[in-house]
Amino acid sequence: MQVDDHTLSEQGLDARGSNPARVLVLACGALAREILALFKINNWDHMDLTCLPAKWHMTPDLITDGVEDVVRKRQGEYDQIFVAYADCGTGGQLEAKCKELGVEMIAGPHCYSFFEGNEVFADIVEDEITAFYLTDFLVSVFDSFFWKPMGLDKHPELLDMYFGNYEKVVYQAQTDNPELTAKAQDCAARMGLRFERRFTGYGDLETALAAIPPSR
Amino acid sequence: MSDEEDIILSELSDDELVPQMHDDLYDGLKEEIEESVNILLERGWQPYDVLTKALVEGMRIVGIDFRDGILFVPEVLLAANAMKGGMAILKPLLAETGAPRLGNMVIGTVKGDIHDIGKNLVTMMMEGAGFEVKDLGINNPVENYIDELENGEYDILGMSALLTTTMPYMKVVIDTMVEKGMRDDYTILVGGAPLNEEFGKAIGADAYCRDAAVAVETAKEFMAKKHNQMSA
Repeated sequence: MQVDDHTLSEQGLDARGSNPARVLVLACGALAREILALFKINNWDHMDLTCLPAKWHMTPDLITDGVEDVVRKRQGEYDQIFVAYADCGTGGQLEAKCKELGVEMIAGPHCYSFFEGNEVFADIVEDEITAFYLTDFLVSVFDSFFWKPMGLDKHPELLDMYFGNYEKVVYQAQTDNPELTAKAQDCAARMGLRFERRFTGYGDLETALAAIPPSR
Repeated sequence: MSDEEDIILSELSDDELVPQMHDDLYDGLKEEIEESVNILLERGWQPYDVLTKALVEGMRIVGIDFRDGILFVPEVLLAANAMKGGMAILKPLLAETGAPRLGNMVIGTVKGDIHDIGKNLVTMMMEGAGFEVKDLGINNPVENYIDELENGEYDILGMSALLTTTMPYMKVVIDTMVEKGMRDDYTILVGGAPLNEEFGKAIGADAYCRDAAVAVETAKEFMAKKHNQMSA
């Protein structure tokens, strides 16, 4: 399946809807590449993927209603739906909604945590409150996702208002990609922050998807 | 809202200059705002009138258009930056001229959280509305809030958090205030992107404020209630 960054950011992704998928993974568009890679690596042919717009990362109040809409529309087509979101800034609302809808979701506060592994992240988070996290997807869409919507292409004087309290960029790499690493390094330089790269792989995203029973 | 023609600010009448300042705030033009503030002061305007009629009114318009999705965060920050320029000129003068004070507030982002854009906007708008604000900055443990409240004369405590992981810390602060028997001495306002009204109630805050304008209005309401109770 070919997916481009712009579509994932702005619109998300439609499910293939083809048999024999019995599980629909409903995810943030920022996770589409990683989830499709996991489907391929693990031969999870029973899973289908649909994504909500990745740009909702910046407006998390839209996520809970968006998830509910998809679950209600698609639940008759699959044996089960799995929500590949963590809390993601919904302040517990997504978890409550998933419970109400009877669907499972990923544990943890956000994707930075589950990529690192929720337990590991919980141990380091207090020492890293001044870290700005980037993932493979966020590095690849950095300009269209952060730089331009934040007005930094036209108003660099806002840089300090946005990032003045940060000290470093932590690039959580899902894959070994020298081009993305170089780009992440450049992002950190533009933000005026130190750079650190940590290879996380797919972390708890893989564990959570692997734990979904093939059929109910 | 900006005019393409060059405008000589000093040649505008007061009736023209004030709406022009609203436009300049809207467009985030800090230097123009600073120039206009100085012009009005030179013309004998009271600092409090410059603040309320020109700056606060201009930011009120910005706030409405932000709420309605016409303006976005970068534009609001540019406007705030312009207002900050004007406020820097007015602040010492406001203190000298004894401008009306609505109340005193302590504000800070909670422990573990370094996000302060919302908090800074609230601080600025509260100051503009006539509140004296002590800004504790970011990453505040409970001791910071308690020490400040115990050592000053405050009416309102404001707490801010942007992260789902840090917002529960607001309850730690409120619970500590309850333990110390000081909770009811203050109005507690909370805000931040992942919060909602339900959360505000659950942790025992007096109100959740979804943006800076709401924070100002809510603070005013609570201060009015307090005054009514005291005079009853």
